[in-house]
Amino acid sequence: MKRQIPLLITFIVGIVMVVQYFIPRQPFAGLFDTFNQWFLIIAVFALILGLMNLVRLHVQKLRRMKGGWGYSIILLCGLVGTIFTGALWGIGTGSPFNYVFVNIQQPMGATMFALLAFFIASASFRAFRARNLDATLLLVAAVLVMIGRVTIGALIWNKLPHIAEWIMSYPNMAGQRAIMIGIALGTVSYSLRVILGIERTYLGGE
Amino acid sequence: MVQIIGIWVASLLTLCIFSFLYKDNPFYKFAEHLFVGVSAGYWAMYSWYNILVPNLGRPLFIEHEFILVIPLILGILMLLRLFPKVGWLSRWPLAFIVGMTSGYYLVTFLQTNALEQARATIIPLNHINNIILIIGVLTGLLYFFFSTRHKGGIGFAARIGRMFLMVAFGASFGYTVMARISLLIGRMYFLLGEWLHII
Amino acid sequence: MLDKLLKIDRRIIFSIIGIVVIIAILFPMGLVVHVSEPVEKIYREIESLSPDSYVFLSFDYDPASMAELDPLALAVIRHCFRKDLKIVSLGLWPQGVLLGQANLEIAAEEYGKEYGIDFANLGYKTGGIVVISGISTNLRDIFPQDYIGNNVDSLPMLDGINNLDPFKLIITFSAGDPGVRHWVMIAQARYGKKIGLGSTAVQAPAFYPYLQANQLVGLAGGMKGAAEYEQLIKIPGLATAGMDAQSLAHLVIVLFIIFGNVIFLLKKRSSSS
Repeated sequence: MKRQIPLLITFIVGIVMVVQYFIPRQPFAGLFDTFNQWFLIIAVFALILGLMNLVRLHVQKLRRMKGGWGYSIILLCGLVGTIFTGALWGIGTGSPFNYVFVNIQQPMGATMFALLAFFIASASFRAFRARNLDATLLLVAAVLVMIGRVTIGALIWNKLPHIAEWIMSYPNMAGQRAIMIGIALGTVSYSLRVILGIERTYLGGE
Repeated sequence: MVQIIGIWVASLLTLCIFSFLYKDNPFYKFAEHLFVGVSAGYWAMYSWYNILVPNLGRPLFIEHEFILVIPLILGILMLLRLFPKVGWLSRWPLAFIVGMTSGYYLVTFLQTNALEQARATIIPLNHINNIILIIGVLTGLLYFFFSTRHKGGIGFAARIGRMFLMVAFGASFGYTVMARISLLIGRMYFLLGEWLHII
Repeated sequence: MLDKLLKIDRRIIFSIIGIVVIIAILFPMGLVVHVSEPVEKIYREIESLSPDSYVFLSFDYDPASMAELDPLALAVIRHCFRKDLKIVSLGLWPQGVLLGQANLEIAAEEYGKEYGIDFANLGYKTGGIVVISGISTNLRDIFPQDYIGNNVDSLPMLDGINNLDPFKLIITFSAGDPGVRHWVMIAQARYGKKIGLGSTAVQAPAFYPYLQANQLVGLAGGMKGAAEYEQLIKIPGLATAGMDAQSLAHLVIVLFIIFGNVIFLLKKRSSSS
C-alpha cells in the first residue's frame, strides 16, 4: 500500500503520457485531456500544502515566542491581509488586491533581485581572476559580451557589438548546446527510471 | 491621494530592502517577512480564483462533473503530509504528478533538446563558423562523457570542449551582470521618477 | 598596500555602482542602440502578420524581472495593437498575469482597443508544461474562465477558438521555468507553432541553441533586447532610457575586473620574487 500503489500510479500515468504522444487517439487522447485537468487541481493542492506549512511554522514560532517572533506577525498579517482584499473585492485591475500587488509586492520583489547588482559588482572585483587558461577564457568572453552588448561598446570600437554577437551565436551556442543535450539525455534516463519504478527517491523514506 | 500613498509605501519598502546593503537590519527583516506573507497571499488568491473555482468548484458542484472527485480526493490526500501518521497517503497524488512529469519529459526532452539539437548541428562544413559550431558541440559533449578516461586524443578533445564551455559560462556571466544592472536601473527609475519626480 | 586594496570595504564598491547608475539616469547621453538580428526577427514576424490575426502572449515572469521584461512586453503589445492584431494572453507565473494585464491596458488605451474584443487575459494555472499541452488541444477545458472569472464564452474574440491552431505566433516573456523551454517542447515541437522569446538576460544565452535550430523565430534578451525593440517600433520607452546607465555600469564593472586582476598579478609577481 505504502510503496506499491504510488509506483503503480506513476507507471500507469507515465506510460499513458508517453503512448499518447505517439498514438493521439482514443482512449489515450481522452485520458491525456483528463489527466491534464486533474494535474492542475492536484498541483494546486501542493501549493496549498506549502501555504499551510508556512502558516504552521510561523504560528509555532509565535506560540513558543522564538527569536524574531515579531516578524512572524508581520508575515501572517501580510498573508491574511492579501487574502482578505482578494476575497472581498476580487483580483481585477483597480481592486484593493491589485493595489497591494502594485505597491507592496511588486516593489519588494523587484528590489530583492536588484540587490544582486551590487553583489555581482563586488564579486567581479574580488573573485573574477585570470588564474589559468580556462578562467582567462571565461573572463575575456564575459568582458567582451558585457561591453559589446551595450550601447557604449560601439563607441569604443564599432566591431565590438559584432564580436559579442558572434560569441553568442557560435562558441556560446556550441557550449550551451552541449550542456542542453547532456541535460536532455540525463532527464530522459531519469524519467525512464522513475516510470519503471527503479528510481524511488521521490517517495521518501520508509 | 491613494495613489500617492501607494508610491510612498512602495518607495519606503524599496529603501527598507536596499538597507541590507549596509548590513542586515530590522527594516530589511520587516520588508522581507512582509514580502513572503504578501506573496503567499497572492498565490493563494490566484489559486482560488484561477484554478479552484473554474477548474474544480464550478464543474464539480454546479455542472456535476463527478469524475473530478478523483483529483479532489488526491488533492486532499496531498494535504495529509502535514499529519505524520497518515502522511504516507500523500505519496499517491505525488506519484501522479511525478508520473505525468516524467511521461512528458521522457519524450519532449528527447525530441526538443536532444534529437532536434543534434539535427541542427548537422550542417555543411563550408564556413569557419559552422566548423567551430560542430567542434564545440562534439567536444563539449565529450567533456560530459565519463565512461572513458579523459586521456590522449579523447583527453585533448575534452579539453577543447571545456574551453567552449568556459566561453559559454563567460557569456552567461556577462548576461547575468546585464540582468542585475537592469533591475537596479528599474528601481532607480522608480525612486527618482515616480517617487522624487527628479526625472 | 595591495592587500588593503583587495580587501576594500564592499560598501565602497556598492556606492560606486549606485552613484554611477544614478548619474547616468539623471544626465542621459542618448547613446544609439544597435539592433541585433535575433530581435529584428521577432519584429519582422509580427510585421508579416495580417490585421485581425491572433497572437498569443505568455507572461511567464514576476516583479523580480519586471525591469527587463515589462518594457519588452509593452513594446511588443504596442506593435501588435498598431498592426490590429488580436491578443490572447496567460501567465504560467501567477504574478505575470497582473503585470501583463497592466501592459495590455496601457497599450489598449493608446490604440483604442477593448477587452474581450481585441484582447483577453486567460489568467494563471499551475503546471507549466501541462497547461501548454492542455491548451494546445483543448483551451476551454483548461481555461473555462478568464483571469477575473468571466466565462470565456462571454468574450467575443474567443468565439470558435478551442486550441492554439488559430494563433499565428506565440511570444513568451520568460524569466525561467515554467516558460520558454516548455513552450518550445510542446507548442513548437509537437504542434508546429512559431515561438518568439523575450527573455531575461540571465537565461538568454542558454536559448541560442533553440534559435539556431529554428525552434524560436527570434530572441530578445534583457533590457537591451527591449531597447532594441523600442527602436524598431520607434517608440522609445523605459528600456531605451535605461541603456546609458546600463552602459556605464558595465564599463565600471569591467574596470573593476581589470583593476582586480592587475592587483592580483602584481601581488603574484611580488610574492614570487
